[in-house]
Amino acid sequence: MAKLSFNKPLCKGCGLCVTACPKKLLSLSKTESNANGYFVAVIENEEACIGCAACATMCPDCVIEVER
Amino acid sequence: MAKGFKKTKMLTDTPFHYCPGCTHGIAHRLTAEVLEEIGAEGNCVGVAPVGCAVFAYNYFNCDMQEAAHGRAPAVATGIKRVHPDKIVFSYQGDGDLASIGMAETVHAAARGENITVIFINNSIYGMTGGQMAPTTLEGQKATTCQAGRIPELNGNPVNVAEMLAQLKGPSYIARVGLFDLKHVMEAKRAIRKAFDMQINKKGFAMVEILSTCPTNWGLNPIDALEWSKNEATKTFPLGVFKDITKEEE
Ligand SMILES: Cc1ncc(C[n+]2csc(CCOP(=O)(O)OP(=O)(O)O)c2C)c(N)n1
Ligand code: SF4
Ligand code: SF4
Ligand code: SF4
Repeated sequence: MAKLSFNKPLCKGCGLCVTACPKKLLSLSKTESNANGYFVAVIENEEACIGCAACATMCPDCVIEVER
Repeated sequence: MAKGFKKTKMLTDTPFHYCPGCTHGIAHRLTAEVLEEIGAEGNCVGVAPVGCAVFAYNYFNCDMQEAAHGRAPAVATGIKRVHPDKIVFSYQGDGDLASIGMAETVHAAARGENITVIFINNSIYGMTGGQMAPTTLEGQKATTCQAGRIPELNGNPVNVAEMLAQLKGPSYIARVGLFDLKHVMEAKRAIRKAFDMQINKKGFAMVEILSTCPTNWGLNPIDALEWSKNEATKTFPLGVFKDITKEEE
């Protein structure tokens, strides 16, 4: 299983990671925003993550790190 | 297969100031990752443009020099000639590289200066609020061509990669996109190649990266990538336009 960490203060809620995930595990939170006012990306079902790092590769702001 | 993903040490911890979903951030990261891969840490100098990437000197974890608008290839030429053992690159937008700096670009390429140029083509002047660039597509709206670019009135878009590939000086000229994972990985390979050319003293290498400007295009970041993939590539097809190592084979 892979482990994802989000550097949430840097997230801009752009959604590029959401479209990039082949397992459709990511979404933009409807409730959690950061200090800049952006709704941040969150992972729903981390057990299903295959650690492909497609999300991190498409993130323009280096928010996501993937350990596997 | 790469194991996981960690931010490269060739980027500083300063947060990017770019708009949400702007692919300047991906282009920065790919360039920095390649710098790390080739072991350029402590031995490289970047030249920042005028445009949205004007603060690139805060983001790349190496020596950086800010150039006057469009003059980055001339500044990089000077740095490389004084420090031939350093890896020297410029990072420039299309207004910077293809409009005010077109002469510097063409002549650095024609001289075959041994530098690497990262060219961000987002079809618009981002920083100043969305004016028409030399790379604005036919029919594309900008604040200075509100009905869409009309060639008879506004001129034709400039295909920088194809144009420079006609010159004798360049060693490697490619155009890449950042539409999805596959294209981002391809873009990184092209950037690596452009730096390898410099390491092997082959002369001027440029990677033109089709980038997005969601803010001035008036599109959300995901639609902006789609537009880049489906519309920008009609005028700016991806490909390798020059590669002297292929010609030598
Ligand atoms: C000598 C000079 N002329 C004009 C400007 C105004 N100016 C600032 S950025 C820019 C264009 C930026 O567009 P581009 O190079 O495409 O970069 P982007 O912002 O889209 O990344 C212009 C014309 C300037 N700063 N200096
Ligand atoms: S690592 Fe791959 S599977 Fe896991 S969240 Fe990111 S894109 Fe989805
Ligand atoms: S791609 Fe990065 S900045 Fe954009 S929503 Fe995902 S984590 Fe946030
Ligand atoms: S104005 Fe355009 S190019 Fe500049 S940071 Fe915003 S989206 Fe990116």
